[in-house]
Order: sequence, then C-alpha cells, then structure tokens
Amino acid sequence: MNALRRLFSFNGGVKPPTHKSDSTQHPIAQLPLASELVVPLHQSIGGTPRPQVEAGQHVLKGERIGAADGNVSAAVHAPTSGRVTAIEPRQMPHTSGLSALCVVIEPDGEDRWMPLAPVPYRSLPADELRDILRDAGVVGLGGAVFPSHLKLRPGRRAATRTLVLNGAECEPYITCDDVLMRERAADILRGARIMRHMLGAEEILVGIEDNKPEAIAAMRAAAADIDDMRVVVIAVPTRYPAGGAKQLIRVLTGIEVPHGERSTDYGVQCFNVGTAFAVHEAIDLGRPLVSRIVTIAGNVDTPRNFEVPFGTPMEHLARHAGLRADTTHFIMGGPMMGLRMPSFGVPVVKATNCVIAATPTLFAPPQPEQPCIRCGDCARACPADLQPFELYWHTRARNFGKAQEYHLFDCIECGCCSYVCPSHIPLVDYFRFGKSEIWAREQQKAEADSARERFESRNARLEREKLEKAERLAARAAGAPRAATAAAPTATDASPDQDAKKALIAAAMARAKQRSTAMAEAPAQAVAEPAAPPPSAEDTKKALIAAALARAQAQRTAAAPRNTENLTPAQQAQIDAAETRRAAGPATTEKEPDQ
Amino acid sequence: MLTALGVMLALALVIGALLGYASIRFKVEGDPLVDKIDAILPQTQCGQCGYPGCRPYATAIAGGEADINQCPPGGDEGIHKLADLLGREYKPLNAENGIEKPKAVAVIDENDCIGCTLCLQACPVDAISGAAKQMHTVIAPLCTGCELCVAPCPVDCIRMEEVGETVQSWKWRYPVVRLKPQERAA
Repeated sequence: MNALRRLFSFNGGVKPPTHKSDSTQHPIAQLPLASELVVPLHQSIGGTPRPQVEAGQHVLKGERIGAADGNVSAAVHAPTSGRVTAIEPRQMPHTSGLSALCVVIEPDGEDRWMPLAPVPYRSLPADELRDILRDAGVVGLGGAVFPSHLKLRPGRRAATRTLVLNGAECEPYITCDDVLMRERAADILRGARIMRHMLGAEEILVGIEDNKPEAIAAMRAAAADIDDMRVVVIAVPTRYPAGGAKQLIRVLTGIEVPHGERSTDYGVQCFNVGTAFAVHEAIDLGRPLVSRIVTIAGNVDTPRNFEVPFGTPMEHLARHAGLRADTTHFIMGGPMMGLRMPSFGVPVVKATNCVIAATPTLFAPPQPEQPCIRCGDCARACPADLQPFELYWHTRARNFGKAQEYHLFDCIECGCCSYVCPSHIPLVDYFRFGKSEIWAREQQKAEADSARERFESRNARLEREKLEKAERLAARAAGAPRAATAAAPTATDASPDQDAKKALIAAAMARAKQRSTAMAEAPAQAVAEPAAPPPSAEDTKKALIAAALARAQAQRTAAAPRNTENLTPAQQAQIDAAETRRAAGPATTEKEPDQ
Repeated sequence: MLTALGVMLALALVIGALLGYASIRFKVEGDPLVDKIDAILPQTQCGQCGYPGCRPYATAIAGGEADINQCPPGGDEGIHKLADLLGREYKPLNAENGIEKPKAVAVIDENDCIGCTLCLQACPVDAISGAAKQMHTVIAPLCTGCELCVAPCPVDCIRMEEVGETVQSWKWRYPVVRLKPQERAA
C-alpha cells in the first residue's frame, strides 16, 4: 500500500552534508543531574507562566512551578526533586543574551516523581484533555514550542482529516527524533493515536526522510504491531527543509497551504514525533514534560543523544559528551537555523533539540558580504516560493511595507537562500531583522492607538463632567426661587417677576416672625428658672452655638462605625483590653522593647 | 449660434448640478491631513511640543502654525515620516522641546504615596489607578511615559523607569556589512 502512495514535492531546497551518523552510534542515555538546574519560566510561545513556588520550598519531580498565563501558554514543571534556591532573572538560551525569570532548583539526588495520575483519554471530553496537556506543559518539540493544546482542536473551516507526524528531521547534525523513533516507536504511536482522537482525524501519516532507514523500520514495525490500517509510515526524499511543516504536508498530501492560511483549513494538522511522545507521557502516564532528547554534536569526543532534564546547563551536557577545549561557542538547533548561544552556561529548554559545540574550523566565520549579482539562486532554493533577493533589497533599505508586500512573513528562516548565495549575503539575518522591526512597529502602533483612544475618552469624560456640574449648579440656582414661590402662593394679579419678589419678601417676613416668636419663647422658659438674666443678643448666639453642637453630636452618633454594635462578649473584652492599652499611653509601648 | 449657446448652457447646468451634488454627497468630514499626521505622532499626549496633546499638534502642523520637529517622543524617525508625508525638508529635533529619550514608564513609590489624586488628574491617558486617600499605582502597560504626573506629586514619589529590552521585545540587529574577512582567532 505504501508503494502505491503518490508523493509530491516542494520547490527549492538544498542538500547540505548531514553529519547525522556520528551521533546515532549510541542509544539514548540518561544525563546525570547537574548540581543546579535553572528552569526558565518562559519556554513556549505565548504568555510567561506565573511562578507557583517560593525560594526555599522543596519540590518533587513533575511538580508545577509555573502555571500557564492565559490559554496561549503552557505550564512549566520541576525537572527533578530538590529545593528551590531562588526565583530570579538568569541568562536565557537566546541570541540576545538577555535575562528572564527562572526557577533555580538544587537537586536532592533522589529524582522522586510526584504522585502521577494517568488519564484514560477515551473517557474524557477533548476540552479536558486539552487542559491536561496545557497543565502538563506539552508544546511543539520540533523547535517552535507552540503550545500543543491549541493545535489539538478540530479545524474550524474544515474537518481535520489527516494528522501528519513529522519525523523528517532534515537539518544537519540533529538526530534526536531519529533515535526517539528507533527506541520509542510504540510510545510515539500511542501519543499519535491520542492526538488523532482529539482531532477527530481519520489517518496518521508519519513522514520520515529516507536517510533514516532504522527509524522507518522501527516505526513500521510499531505500526504493524498495533494493527491499525490508518497509520502509514512514509519515507520521503531527503532534501532540506523537508521537515518544515508546510513542506512536509505538501510532500505527503500534495496540499499547498496558501499565504496567510493554516493547514487546518485544509484538513491537515502537523506535529513533531517528539510532541506525540510527550502527549503519550502526559496522558497515559500522567507525566508532565520535564525532559527531552537532545543531540550533542560538533566539537565533542562522542556526539550522541541524551535525555536531558530542562534547566540543565548546556556546558554540563557537552562535558558528558567530551567537550573539547577549543570550542568557541554553542549553537542551539542546527547549523542552518540554529541560534548562537551567548554563553556556555545557558540552560537546555523545551526548544533545545540539539546543541552543537562550534569552532571556527567546523563552522567557518561568514565571508564578507558582496553585492547581490541578481543570479536568482536564492529564489530557486527558496522552499516557500519567495523571492529572497527582492526581500533583501527592501529590508536592507528598511522599506518594510514593500517587504511585506513580498510576503516577508511567509519566510520560514530555513537558511537555504543564505546557503546558496554566491555573494555570501546573510539573507536570513536581514529577514529576521525585518520581521522583528515590523513586529515592534505594529506593537508601537497598537499602543499608540490605545493611548489615543483613552486620551479621547478621557477628554470626553472631563467635558461631560463639566457640563453636568454646570447643569447641577444651574438647577440649584433655579430651584431656590421656585421653592420660595411654592411657600407663598399668594399674589395672583402681579407679573411673574413681581410675584417672585413678593414671595421672597413674604418668605423673609415669615422667617423673621418665626425667629421673634422663638426669642419670645426662650425668655419665657428662662423666666421659669430663678435669677435668669434678661434675654440679650449674646444669649441668642450662645443658644445657637449650643444647638449647633447638639446637631454635630447627633451627626457623629449617626455616623459612628456600625461594626461595634451587637458584639459578642469576647469581642467586647478585646475592645476593652485595647482601650486600656491605649489609655496606658505611649510610655508603655516605648518600654516594651527594653523588657 | 443660439443652439450652440443653449447646448453649452445646458451642459454647464447639468455638470454644475452634478458637481454640486458630489460635493455634498462625498463631503469629507474633518481634515484628512490632520488624521494622517496624528497617526504618525506617538500619542504620548505629553505636551512637550507646546500643544495640549497630539491631535492639537497635528492640527497645528496641518495649519502651518507648528513645525515638524517639535515632538521628542516621536524622535528622529517621526520627523522623517512627517517630512515624507508633508513633502517638507527634514530638520533635526528642536532642542527647546526636549530630547529624545528611551521609552520609560512612571513608577509610584508605594511607601510614600499619600493618595492625593493629583497624578490621577494629570495623567492624560488614565493610566493611573487609585482614589482619594488610597494608594495610587501606575498601570505600566498603559503608561506612555509622558512624565506629566511627575511634577504635580507633592511628595515626589513618582519616578520614571526606563523600559529595558526583554527576551520578548528584543530585536534582531541590522546585519553589519564587513569589508574584510573576519579574524579566524576568536
């Protein structure tokens, strides 16, 4: 059946020397624990997980140390049991050499798992499985580290028909997927079947480059064992970058995903074999993602693959493979797309599929850049069908709008164009520069737009408040005479103006009359008492002050705190104790430290 | 002769009516140039240009009252963009308006804040949260770094903190063109 399957092809691509056989001589080995593990919280695309532990706390292997921040994020877990010594910024495995928040763990050597809870995946709804994968920190292990739970949902526009497992591993030196497929083929397929279940897909196509016959044989044997006709292992021709998601989908299914669209829109979803293995571990065994297979190659005595807990310093990994002294730097990833590491001590993270110890003899320093001669080799090599020379002109001139018109963002940064360029132009460096500049600008634009919006709504609010205040004042000013008119509705034949005036006068007279009667009454009361002085202006003032004091007192009682009512005896006792302490004054409080 | 005149007159009337209708039907509200200028300005609303906000400055530029080099937060790049848009000559930033600084956000020292709300009233983009006699705090992602809240604070508890580069915001550098081969020894 395999022989009958028609394969397709993608344009471009290159065939660099693979250097893969060196590191496949040894089976996967467990890397001994380093003395300190530095686990970055931000290891996947999306939000930075929030730390869940504190310095000094003891953690077990697999305990969550960072919880996913929002849905586009994945949790981070303790790679071994031990003590958290610090949560602080440490240098990240990133070209910039900048630092970010990391959880530093001192292993206790026991490597003890937390209690694990395997899940029977068929009995759970897909939404719950997705949450489990997010909390188990499962991300794409091909290098892009996109949270897997977001990709494991049936397509919105079209039902997902095909699940493509990417075992092509096209980049030179990297063999982590190769050895994983050789040794753990059955587990990979278990994970793949969980993914197929979640996607509601029909078939699983496993694409493996034909330079890995052992891996193909192992996967075919595993597929035969589970006796599932809908799992097909396919050898694809070896050509870099056959392991690009869009390229592999095109080779296996013939579907060319257009610009700006996703493969799910065409019923295909693609995952790395390592991700399938991680899904199996997370669901069938309940183990979160705490380690991965990493190839150590380049300038080392025994290039090989290790299972490495995240947070292990790269230097520790390289030393166990026999790091040679003349290594100048590490490259994370392969020689085509890899990133130069800022130092030897940066930790292994989820994106680390390979660490290459580099020397100037192994990787010659870049040749001086010469002018573009418009030979068009880059366009012929481009697997994304772009025109790298046009993109080069525009990004070089910082003409980013034009670069976007030439679909800069469809570039997968595979490095084929730089590889074939006879003028040694670092094309991918220009494209990376262009992309990050455009992203920064878009971010700035979004921030400016939101600031403008808030500024305008604030101005509108201030305007409205001013208007409301003016209206309130006007209403109050208009309200006073109206009240007076209501109090004295006498004059009927006069004009409204005179009416109001008359009413005001009447009201004033009424007030005066009231006052005089009040005064007349006060002395009358006073007379009742013996030796009362005759009423005077001063007395009236005093009476008024007394009345004001009484009113204030009444207000105070009304506004007294409500929580002092209906107290239990115990509370009352506490309050009394506090009152006595307060009465004792500051002298005692000052003495306390001495005692 | 008369027919010709009549035809021309009729044509003139018809075309005139069409134009008149079009001018009403397709009337452009506001000044589109102001919008374009406003889109280039950084929207910090800091007032360093001498106008109360970015839009008033944009209006002033469009009206020819203000020059294009009065916006320090927009910086050199902003002036270049304005020069391109308006077809004017580029000129360096006017030092009277201030100097271009890296982006910063205001930070309130929570130990010293007395809850006077003066900074709340000064913030042009509602990026400070708080109430009278309650501690105030700056919502960092919303802060434009205009520094307008610094001066009104009676206890000087607001300082500007530069927003450093993070791994997420880091940008790839412009590739450096080397004219000589790089030294072999590293």
